[in-house]
Amino acid sequence: MGTLLEVTDLRTRFSTPEGVVHAVNGISYTLAEGETLAVVGESGCGKSVSMLSVLGLIPIPPGQIASGSARYRGMDLLKLSEPELETIRGREISMIFQEPMTSLNPVLTIGRQITESLRTHLGMDHGTANRRAAELLESVGIPDGGQRLRDYPHQFSGGMRQRVMIAIALACAPSILIADEPTTALDVTIQAQIVELVIQMRQQIGMAVIWITHDLGVVAGIADRVIVMYAGFIVEEADVESLYADPRHPYTVALLAALPRADRRRDHRLKSIPGAPPNLLVKPQGCPFARRCDFVIERCWSDNPALAPIAPGRKIACWIDVKTGAPR
Amino acid sequence: MTRYIIRRLLQAIPLLFVISLVLFVLMQNMGDPVATMGGRSVTRSADRERLRRQLGLDKPIAVQYLYWLVGNDWTKIDLDGDGVAETPGQRQGVLRGDFGASLVNRGKPVLQVIWDRLPNTLLLMGASELVIIIGALLIGIYSALRQYSVIDHVVTAISFVGYSMPIFFIALLTMYIFSVNFKRWGLPYLPTVGMFDPGVGKTTGQVALHMILPVFSLSFIYFAGYSRYVRSTMLEVMSQDYIRTARSKGLPRPVIIYLHALKNASLPIVTVIGLDLPLLLAGAIVTERIFAWPGMGRLFLDHASRSDTPVVMGILMMISVAVVVFQIIVDVVYAWLDPRIRYS
Repeated sequence: MGTLLEVTDLRTRFSTPEGVVHAVNGISYTLAEGETLAVVGESGCGKSVSMLSVLGLIPIPPGQIASGSARYRGMDLLKLSEPELETIRGREISMIFQEPMTSLNPVLTIGRQITESLRTHLGMDHGTANRRAAELLESVGIPDGGQRLRDYPHQFSGGMRQRVMIAIALACAPSILIADEPTTALDVTIQAQIVELVIQMRQQIGMAVIWITHDLGVVAGIADRVIVMYAGFIVEEADVESLYADPRHPYTVALLAALPRADRRRDHRLKSIPGAPPNLLVKPQGCPFARRCDFVIERCWSDNPALAPIAPGRKIACWIDVKTGAPR
Repeated sequence: MTRYIIRRLLQAIPLLFVISLVLFVLMQNMGDPVATMGGRSVTRSADRERLRRQLGLDKPIAVQYLYWLVGNDWTKIDLDGDGVAETPGQRQGVLRGDFGASLVNRGKPVLQVIWDRLPNTLLLMGASELVIIIGALLIGIYSALRQYSVIDHVVTAISFVGYSMPIFFIALLTMYIFSVNFKRWGLPYLPTVGMFDPGVGKTTGQVALHMILPVFSLSFIYFAGYSRYVRSTMLEVMSQDYIRTARSKGLPRPVIIYLHALKNASLPIVTVIGLDLPLLLAGAIVTERIFAWPGMGRLFLDHASRSDTPVVMGILMMISVAVVVFQIIVDVVYAWLDPRIRYS
């Protein structure tokens, strides 16, 4: 499998009246063809912003991409002009979003919202696009697709709207699908259906998926590889089995301890992480997790550890070994 | 939908009835029409009495309203003042489309008086409204998309100047610049009064030339509110999730702005336009006065100042009906724009 997307040293900032928010602080990762990469972390740790930055979807201003590159098929997405990016978005790289209730335009028909990608990117005529849209709706599990093209978003339930979003995102058979917490706003049974649908569509189209979530339970079922983000940094990167079996960063350890597991005793109390993520208005000094870390040592307060490989396919950004508690 | 429209129209009947009643009572305080009808010589009180009887002003207000509403052709009235009602009434009442006769224009039917002026006003106000809407949409959208840019700040400043300026001032200012001074400087200058130059005649070119200053003055004043409105609704819509979705689909920017965003932003804008359109019929009292434009605003002022109750009532009722009708039209446009709105 070749590398499809290679993001290097991406930094995104937002200028706000209170000061500069350092949302993404120099992250690097790769995505292989057909791979599913999960990006996990608490709310506000830069997961969404790092993906929106790659597609040029953050509002500029106040947003600003301070540095970095995002190589996709020989192009640097961060250097493309807006019209050039338009030919990538929706055609090569698609997104689905967290809020199915507000992510669809309330005053346009579902048919219009699906066919406009087809007509813009693939140059289909009205009739062909409509037939294709009806097929897409059926393929994401909306029966009677041809009829429902004339309906408006408010005539669909939350889960159905997310299916419509998926149909829109997959309309042009993209090579990357970025799913930004697509199940967060849905109830649990619908969540499982949506995850199942994305897995099935991934196999059909053969695309790579970046799945942004704070739900480690979902990650286990879908991802090949996981990136753990904290305060705009990547703190751990591992394949999914290793991450669950053997977390190496104190933050990942804490996240997994906060997760209910079927193989644990019922009276086992879930462990919450004390404190809150750091204020991103302040330029981070030292390790951003130091204040909440159980393993913190002197060095953590002054130096921020870089993401470094510790084993094949594994990287962490930490000064200590969580197994022994000793500095590495 | 049809049933909804019919229901709204039926609901409008009692509303218009109450409006007419209130207006009619208020009219009684406008002054004595007879006092302004005497001409130069002092009229004798006996003549005044006769005039009042002929115009039906001697009757109690309730009877006057009844005659205004349903007419008096079903009864006899006392014209000579001998206490015997022997002359059959002539009026048919507004319910049968007879708004009576103007007191000032000596028996000319009210509808005729209004009809003579209405096209002039519609021309002036329609042109102004068109300039306002198109200009406000362009500027509002532009400054929403480039919020806090230099042009946004400049447009905002100009809008506030326009918004705070009384219309008579901007009207006189434009006259001073484009007519008085332009003529003095030997430049082609614009006419200041009337609809056309009597020496040339009522040609399209003449009317257009005479419209420039009043349309500019009206637009400048009202443009500010509209463009700020467009700007704020567009700003709100552009930050919505579905705009991000549209961008993530790789749609061209004009499609996102003029279809995805504007269709959502148009709902509140349509409300404002819908509330303002009926006022087009009323004309612009001050502007028409300053530019001597023969429209409804001037008609209203001339006849109100001479207590011409039938004409004033006619104008006000026409505006009331227009308000009701335009409200229904706005509701229909709503349903057309926003599929979530359905009337049953």
